Amino acid sequence: MASRTVAKDIITLRGSAAIVSEFFGYAANSILYNRGVYPEESFAKVKKYGLPMLLTQDEGVKSFITNLTAQLSEWLESGKLQRVVMVIMSKATNEVLERWNFSIETDSEVVEKSVSREKSDREIMREIQAIMRQVASSITYLPCLDEPCVFDVLAYTDKDVAVPFTWIESDPKLIANPQMVKLHSFDTKIHKVDTLVSYKNDEWDEQ
Amino acid sequence: MDRFIPNRSAMDFDYAHYMLTEGKKTKDDQTVCSPAKEAYRKMLAETLNMNRTRILAFKNKPPTRSSERTLDAPHLVDDFYLNLLDWGTGNVLAIALGNTVYLWDASDSSTSELVTVDDENGPVTSVSWAPDGRHIAICLNNSEVHLWDSTSNRQLRTMRGCHRSRVGSMAWNNHILTTGGMDGQIVNNDVRIKSHVVETYRGHQQEVCGLKWSASGQQLASGGNDNLVHIWDRSMASSNSPTQWLHRLEDHTSAVKALAWCPFQSNLLATGGGGGDRTIKFWNTHTGTCLNSVDTGSQVCALMWSKNERELLSSHGFTQNQLTLWKYPSMVKMAVLTGHTSRVLYMAQSPDGCTVVSAAGDETLRFWNVFGAPEVAKAAPKANNEPFSRLNRIR
Repeated sequence: MASRTVAKDIITLRGSAAIVSEFFGYAANSILYNRGVYPEESFAKVKKYGLPMLLTQDEGVKSFITNLTAQLSEWLESGKLQRVVMVIMSKATNEVLERWNFSIETDSEVVEKSVSREKSDREIMREIQAIMRQVASSITYLPCLDEPCVFDVLAYTDKDVAVPFTWIESDPKLIANPQMVKLHSFDTKIHKVDTLVSYKNDEWDEQ
Repeated sequence: MDRFIPNRSAMDFDYAHYMLTEGKKTKDDQTVCSPAKEAYRKMLAETLNMNRTRILAFKNKPPTRSSERTLDAPHLVDDFYLNLLDWGTGNVLAIALGNTVYLWDASDSSTSELVTVDDENGPVTSVSWAPDGRHIAICLNNSEVHLWDSTSNRQLRTMRGCHRSRVGSMAWNNHILTTGGMDGQIVNNDVRIKSHVVETYRGHQQEVCGLKWSASGQQLASGGNDNLVHIWDRSMASSNSPTQWLHRLEDHTSAVKALAWCPFQSNLLATGGGGGDRTIKFWNTHTGTCLNSVDTGSQVCALMWSKNERELLSSHGFTQNQLTLWKYPSMVKMAVLTGHTSRVLYMAQSPDGCTVVSAAGDETLRFWNVFGAPEVAKAAPKANNEPFSRLNRIR
């Protein structure tokens, strides 16, 4: 069994939480841009993960995502975040049209014993890059969102988590009989993130 | 080489939960399960995370697409107690920026200056269009009230002495201009006669920042820095002594500037509290009872009912400086509009009820098509029903 002589970096719990919450921020922006939830002109290009990533310039959306990722980071560090779901709903009817599901598996030993892991940063970046590419190309199969849409973000946490006053309990906002597509996952060796997008069946596909 | 790899996200938790827990309901609940069975059930449930998960959503909803148009409003005074924006029935928007009042004609987007007052008398503390959409009242920091004719650009009169200090709020009721002062007094001025002060309402102990007449013109709602809301009724008018209020509403715990009478339900008033209160309260102004109170989480600066739908729009300060659209009476948040970078102190509505304009200390004026287009479609089908329905019938 040949071992790869790739330089490995030390990943701490805090570092991993930062990587995952940062990933989520960029993924959320990418979804909002690609799915046309906000106008294209309101996004600016930055370089990240070796790709041109788009970030919103709208103050309201920016602060929403910043507050969100800060809280996610906190939950990730305590190992209490199970998944993050971004839902896209029709502005007019509030019907859930798309659901971007990011499931998180946390290495509980790291949380309990404060140990660190080793993995090449570059490797993690490559994995994330692959997911970002898939998000961007998802417009080729996701049904067109012709109407104005709004988005919301749900966090599935452990029951014993103290609910911060800026968060409230919510229903899962599921889609009935969805189509599902599983995307790549990435692993920091402390947090493993799986991505899945489920969407409402396009009328055209029905026989 | 088949392996069963469970895919957590594809599992039907609801069904699994039901099978685990509901299945035993048909049996006698008094029966004690064997400890082994109980432990197994518990472990299974835990493994499937059924009793270990809570789903949370951010209380502050992300904003919807931002405003349709933004105009500059330099030198707009960032004072909670003033009312510097009004949209008249002539479809002209009046805004006071410092010492100057500008008029913006919505039909052709042209701007003109109405007047610039002297530094020592200004700044302008309040503007209000008369019901005819042509005459406009503006108040100065020195307590004077000026009446202008916007078509001929002439000042018609100056009313002095009705207040001891600045007038931050005004409301029209036909030919009566009601002014609310920093001195806590509310004065009804008949603009047609020389001795214009016809009635005084005393009740507020601090600045009157909110003033609105009901649609019928029978009741006046006033909000003050003393956290009080008063309802005054014209039927209680007295010519020789200050009029007593009909109701004194004391529920708010902060200054009340936001007041709005419901257009589709008479005697229904919505009020909004400042930074220490952050609630929107609904009142029956006939009985004085509070019907509902909703915590918005942010200072309520202004309130506005939709003319076309059963919706209420509120504008806020820290932290989001947003406009929130609520469905009435459920008070479900329909939309959150962001864009302003400081508290949205001033709001006005277009005469056709479709557009809302907001202004804030960030020196911008933003237009929002939040109330949508009027239901033009409703008229069409009716006309198509019967051929020749438009022609007069000949008997």
